[in-house]
Amino acid sequence: MENSEKTEVVLVACGSFNPITNMHLRLFELAKDYMNGTGKYRVVRGIISPVGDAYKKKGLIPAHHRVIMAELATKNSKWVEVDTWESLQNEWIETAKVLRHHQEKLEASVCDNQQDSPTLQKPGRKRKWAEQRQDFSQKISLEPKTKGIPEVKLLCGADLLESFGVPNLWKSEDIAQIVGGYGLICVTRAGNDAQKFIYESDVLWKHRSNIHLVNEWITNDISSTKIRRALRRGQSIRYLVPDVVQEYIEKHDLYSSESEARNAGVILAPLQKNTAEAKS
Amino acid sequence: MKSRIPVVLLACGSFNPITNMHLRLFEVARDHLHQTGIYQVVEGIISPVNDNYKKKNLVAAKHRVAMAQLALQTSDWIRVDPWESEQAQWIETVKVLRHHHQELLRALPPTEGPGDKALSSAPAAVPELKLLCGADVLKTFQTPDLWKESHIQEIVEKFGLVCVGRAGHDPKEYISESPILRRYQHNIHLAREPVQNELSATYIRSALAQGLSVKYLLPDAVIGYIKDHKLYTKDGPWAARSTLRNEEEAS
Repeated sequence: MENSEKTEVVLVACGSFNPITNMHLRLFELAKDYMNGTGKYRVVRGIISPVGDAYKKKGLIPAHHRVIMAELATKNSKWVEVDTWESLQNEWIETAKVLRHHQEKLEASVCDNQQDSPTLQKPGRKRKWAEQRQDFSQKISLEPKTKGIPEVKLLCGADLLESFGVPNLWKSEDIAQIVGGYGLICVTRAGNDAQKFIYESDVLWKHRSNIHLVNEWITNDISSTKIRRALRRGQSIRYLVPDVVQEYIEKHDLYSSESEARNAGVILAPLQKNTAEAKS
Repeated sequence: MKSRIPVVLLACGSFNPITNMHLRLFEVARDHLHQTGIYQVVEGIISPVNDNYKKKNLVAAKHRVAMAQLALQTSDWIRVDPWESEQAQWIETVKVLRHHHQELLRALPPTEGPGDKALSSAPAAVPELKLLCGADVLKTFQTPDLWKESHIQEIVEKFGLVCVGRAGHDPKEYISESPILRRYQHNIHLAREPVQNELSATYIRSALAQGLSVKYLLPDAVIGYIKDHKLYTKDGPWAARSTLRNEEEAS
């Protein structure tokens, strides 16, 4: 199939990235290989969107550190970049809204392209509409487009998929919007229960054609929680996170028992918000 | 940190190619030994196996050594040693240990000087050389005819073993099943990798042959080298998955 017939996809990963690990970076690589391998899609960009501080997760260190670490980690990637929009908001933003923001941004950039001289594209110029500090970096310039706008899809691990079942963590209309409107690419351990989980949920089942399960054949268990624990215990995290990230963590002494106590006893923003809305 | 016993860790294996998991073995082993309060790890040595090992899919030692060197550019305590790979034939692991032990003895400062005999003859000055391996290697000790009994004994008696746990392997069980290992279990240090990772060089080779991304599984410099030298390509024999495990393997 010709490239032009393929649907272009932008992968967006939302999460704490506290800190970013090699596993987060692998999710992108696995998802891209999988999507391109279907022959129907072409992944043109990956976006890492660290959550804002207002998320109030226990142990969450300030967003600017998490953003810088993610930027350092993706410095050597040709297609994955960090977007700060979500992290710069004063309030916690629902993931569905983050996806909408990125879809709109893509649409705006395509319109912008078309207003410009379509024959002579200067990828670096299309920044005027962007209020954010970090919009599309020139790392990957959007190729001139006369056809469709890339589709934004949410990239996640199996834990996020299963969190759809946690009461009050997600609004049901948001879940429908994410899987129905955008699409989900979920990297799961081979033989895990993602398939069953989809089967048991009416909304996921309805949109199952929009949910791509990517098998991860080798167990890769590098969670941020384990990284922080190792750091508190003075154990090496080398080769689990990029060297530059490790250096940054050490230089700023980011993770300690004090940092782990941040937001202790505070209710997670989505739970607060959704519980309040459910009551009213 | 006074009077800790200095230790040098030696890892033998194919390193075909070296992966982040090999590098993690060293980090985890060092943390473990340091937390005993007894040892101070002063050096790590990676010794890629000789081409005459004849393992299926083994690329030339010069490439495996070069990749390990690239991977270790940023480590301040682990290095590659090509001695084993440069020998005219395959060398048994115990002989590699003997060689490096000799090298450590040779590297000692001269011990003459009548005045400070007591100081210079302190045995603590010679680092202990220990074999670093994954838990799967402990299991291969049980495979008939793979290892010589006398070699196993020499490894655990004279040198010592640092063994890093791996999913699906119970090193304690392997030790309890083997009379020799049981006898010298004080010389066997079991370290636990807190982060489970099933990454293997076999997986890397098959991913490369299929044109899939291996980024973040091994250092970028190694990936660059593999591409430049067209190692592990589709056309190579490594495209087929090897399940052969009839030879001594420590990695």
